[in-house]
Order: sequence, then structure tokens, then C-alpha cells
Amino acid sequence: MSDTKTFVYMNRKAPYGTVYALESLEVVLIGAAFEQDVKLVFMDDGVYQLTKNQDTDGIGMKNFSKTYSALGDYDVNQIYVCEQSLKDRGLTLDDLQELTYEDEDDDWAEKSSIHLVSRDQIAEIVGTADVLLNF
Amino acid sequence: MSTLHTVNKSPFERNSLDSCLSVAAEGATVLLIEDAVGGALQNTAVAPALSDAMGKGVKFAVLGEDLRARGLSADRVLDGVSVVDYAGFVQLACDHDNVQNWL
Repeated sequence: MSDTKTFVYMNRKAPYGTVYALESLEVVLIGAAFEQDVKLVFMDDGVYQLTKNQDTDGIGMKNFSKTYSALGDYDVNQIYVCEQSLKDRGLTLDDLQELTYEDEDDDWAEKSSIHLVSRDQIAEIVGTADVLLNF
Repeated sequence: MSTLHTVNKSPFERNSLDSCLSVAAEGATVLLIEDAVGGALQNTAVAPALSDAMGKGVKFAVLGEDLRARGLSADRVLDGVSVVDYAGFVQLACDHDNVQNWL
């Protein structure tokens, strides 16, 4: 499709304390229907969005963290996580849920959607954006 | 006079915790809730600031419900930080003379 654009979503907020994380996820899912080139960047407190074992029963809010694992089915499989942001928060890749997709160009092999990146790499990713959405 | 300080903003994004710690006196308790709970973990960029404050006689607590919501395990919190539930939050408010919210 010649009119495909690259959409980059910047996610910098922790989930639940504000509504940014949920709003971003909903926009990503809506946008996924339009078969565009989609990249999600999680930096600063945005890295908290992807932690595994989220349990919101105690705070009476909807746990939307499981929705991230559906992104691969919508061809949203370019997920970039700022390594320094994890480190500053005492977190590692092991603290994040596994997000995968099936690569149609490689006999549907299951691959990880998550890539740890530096700030320089984030700058490059942002540089590829035709449309940049900030949350 | 003792004060319970509550902080609900991420210490990695706002200066609420820094301001709180600059004011919190010996005998005060700092309770981390909502987006601030990540600051209670070990090996973070703000852990040294918490340790310094503990050395000055400031106590720390974190709301377990908010930790769990964010997938952060209670056994990852810094030594000296107590994990409380909502009833514990109320008890802390009762045990101190005032509550200062660092909004």
C-alpha cells in the first residue's frame, strides 16, 4: 500500500495514576485497523505499563495490561523499551510481560516484539515518524 | 508533633518526593501511593535519597494495593520500607498529628 505511514506512539506515563496509558492503548488498537506501520516506544515511567503480574483488584480499576499481549495479532510488533528507564527504576527485561508476534515472512515463527533501546535509538525511531502521538 | 507525608507522584517524573524529603523531620512517616510506589523499590535512582532520609529518622511505608496493581512485588521494596494496606493507611493517618499531601 503506497499510502502507508509510520505511526510512532511515545508512552511516558505509568498506568493507573493517570489515564494516559489506557488512552494510548485504545488509540493504538483503533489505529491498528488501518494497517499502518506502527511503532510503540515506552520510556520514562511508560516502562511500568508493560510489567507482568499486574493485579488491580485492590484499587478497583480495570486491569488493561493483558491487552498488550494482543497487539501482535494486530501487526503491532515493533515495541521499543528504553533500557535506561528500566535501570533507573530498578527493573529489567525479566520484569516485563512477554509480547510476541508470528512472523509471516519466516514461516510464522513466534518472535518477541520487545526491543531494548538506548535514547539515541529512540531519537532515530522518532525520526522515522510520519505521525507522532504522545502520551 | 509528627506528620504523615503522602506522595502520589512518580519520583522519576516530578519533584514531589524530593520536596517532601527536604521537609520531612525525624519521627515523620512518608507513605508512597499511586504513581509514587515505584520509588519504594530496591536499586532505583531514588533509593539513595530514601536511605538518607531513613538515616535521619524518617520512616517509610508504601501502599501494597498500588504496588500490586503495577506488577511490583512487595518483596522488591527497600529494607526499612513497610508495606501497608488501606487499613494501614488509615492507621498511619490516626497515628500522626497531621497529614501532608504532596500533590
